[in-house]
Amino acid sequence: MYPPFPNVSVQPSALRFGPEDLVRRSASEVPAPARQLTEVAKLIDVSKCIGCKACQVACLQWNDKREEIGENHGVYDNPPDLTPETFTLMRFTEWVNPESDNLEWLIRKDGCMHCADPGCLKACPAPGAIVQYSNGIVDFVHENCIGCAYCVKGCPFNIPRISQVDHKAYKCTLCSDRVAVGQGPACAKACPTQAIAFGPKEDMKKHAAERIEDLKSRGFANAGLYDPPGVGGTHVMYVLHHADKPEIYANLPKDPKISAVVQLWKGVTKYAGLTAMAAIVGAGFLHSIVSGPNRVSPEDEKNAKRLAEDDTEKRTS
Amino acid sequence: MKKSDVEPGDDVHDGDPVKVDRYTAGARTNHWITAASLVLLALSGLALFHPKLFFLTALFGGGQNTRAFHPWIGVVLFFTFTGMFLRFWRANLWKAEDGTWMARLRDVLAGHEERLPELGKYNAGQKMVFWLMSILIIVLIVSGFGIWDQYFARFTTVEMKRAAVLIHALAAIVIICVWLVHVYAAIWVRGTFSAMIRGSVTGGWAWRHHRKWLRALVAGKRAGKDKGAKPAE
Repeated sequence: MYPPFPNVSVQPSALRFGPEDLVRRSASEVPAPARQLTEVAKLIDVSKCIGCKACQVACLQWNDKREEIGENHGVYDNPPDLTPETFTLMRFTEWVNPESDNLEWLIRKDGCMHCADPGCLKACPAPGAIVQYSNGIVDFVHENCIGCAYCVKGCPFNIPRISQVDHKAYKCTLCSDRVAVGQGPACAKACPTQAIAFGPKEDMKKHAAERIEDLKSRGFANAGLYDPPGVGGTHVMYVLHHADKPEIYANLPKDPKISAVVQLWKGVTKYAGLTAMAAIVGAGFLHSIVSGPNRVSPEDEKNAKRLAEDDTEKRTS
Repeated sequence: MKKSDVEPGDDVHDGDPVKVDRYTAGARTNHWITAASLVLLALSGLALFHPKLFFLTALFGGGQNTRAFHPWIGVVLFFTFTGMFLRFWRANLWKAEDGTWMARLRDVLAGHEERLPELGKYNAGQKMVFWLMSILIIVLIVSGFGIWDQYFARFTTVEMKRAAVLIHALAAIVIICVWLVHVYAAIWVRGTFSAMIRGSVTGGWAWRHHRKWLRALVAGKRAGKDKGAKPAE
């Protein structure tokens, strides 16, 4: 068992990281940070989850969010999807293992994965609305958010949600405010089975390796760690009993990466578009100095007058 | 000369120089509302297109307002452009001389209009601007609804939104380029602005650039006067 986060002192303390630790800032540049923070990660051991939703409650409570009273949709998922209030959601899947013919209840805690290569940040047009710290946390800075929902298109995991109240994007912060004062995320703190562990990413990988070995010894031959390389690895990782089939866990993508469409939109289109416009303006300028203005000559006016008068003559004759 | 090239309100008046009515007050108003919408759309769209242009959001009162206003301006543009389309489409149908004009683009750009065929109310370049704008505005409004998340988020999947945002950006780049050509042509061909500002051009302008149209106007007037003159005789 990975040791749970100890209760820390409630005395005010200096923040452990801040704006000086940014490695990426949406639609803008940041200077290279002077120090590299230890990368952190949340490890969600799906095999230990009992689906109690304590993490969901803790998340709502810590972030001071209230979810509307919902309706029963015939499944355990409640609410049925992530919302601007619900940053984390237990997704329940009933899966019949074709090898054992056993019904397996797969419960995955969905939410922001805190990608090393965040698609949301890449897509964001508002300077400083999405930031990434050198410890791996990807955070939304709401005062800079314009509510365009480009982050929704950029995210390979379909995580951000736009509030219809203040028109800003919301998602899991990895409890950046708690981590900054030396605490773990609220969900990890609340988890009664310690299916959610939080600590340095290297430690989490080691802990995951032990868990995977244990699962393999219990017959889950394909147990493994979900830390997808397509997005540069994530700072929220899963231990899956069937890591060869992540999609059975409520469509967890097998090989997530930033969509090629988004890459095209935010890459070559951006530069080629402005270049094309500049080229047209340049061509116009060049043309105007080479061929000069196209003026109507006195001859043209005379011809027009003749044509019009021809008409007058015919009328009077 | 087909009547389709003469639009309602087009007329020719004797004088020195000859005055030719080209656009009615309705057509001009329609054009300038569309033009203003297009400029505002380009500015607000470019602001969200490239980080270096984000400062343009200040023109609209910040990023949130830019995001909120842009689609509504698009709706205004769609309706005013539809008005323009209904006014102008007939005179913008492709004719045999348009192919000749295109083939002699070199002479067009050099200003050798004596080497070009006589043209109706619009030349092939103007017609291409018209049809490109028409097609692109449809592409922009349809893809625009796909990314107007405030009201229409639930009607599309994330994959559709991604495709829509790329198509919207590409169509916007092309339409801005078309608009630049449109504006440059109006500047380069002197005497053009008065068509859209005062509604009329000089006879010489019509003779030089749209002679077939001018001939049709004169012929039409002659026919009308002849008809009108007979009962008085």
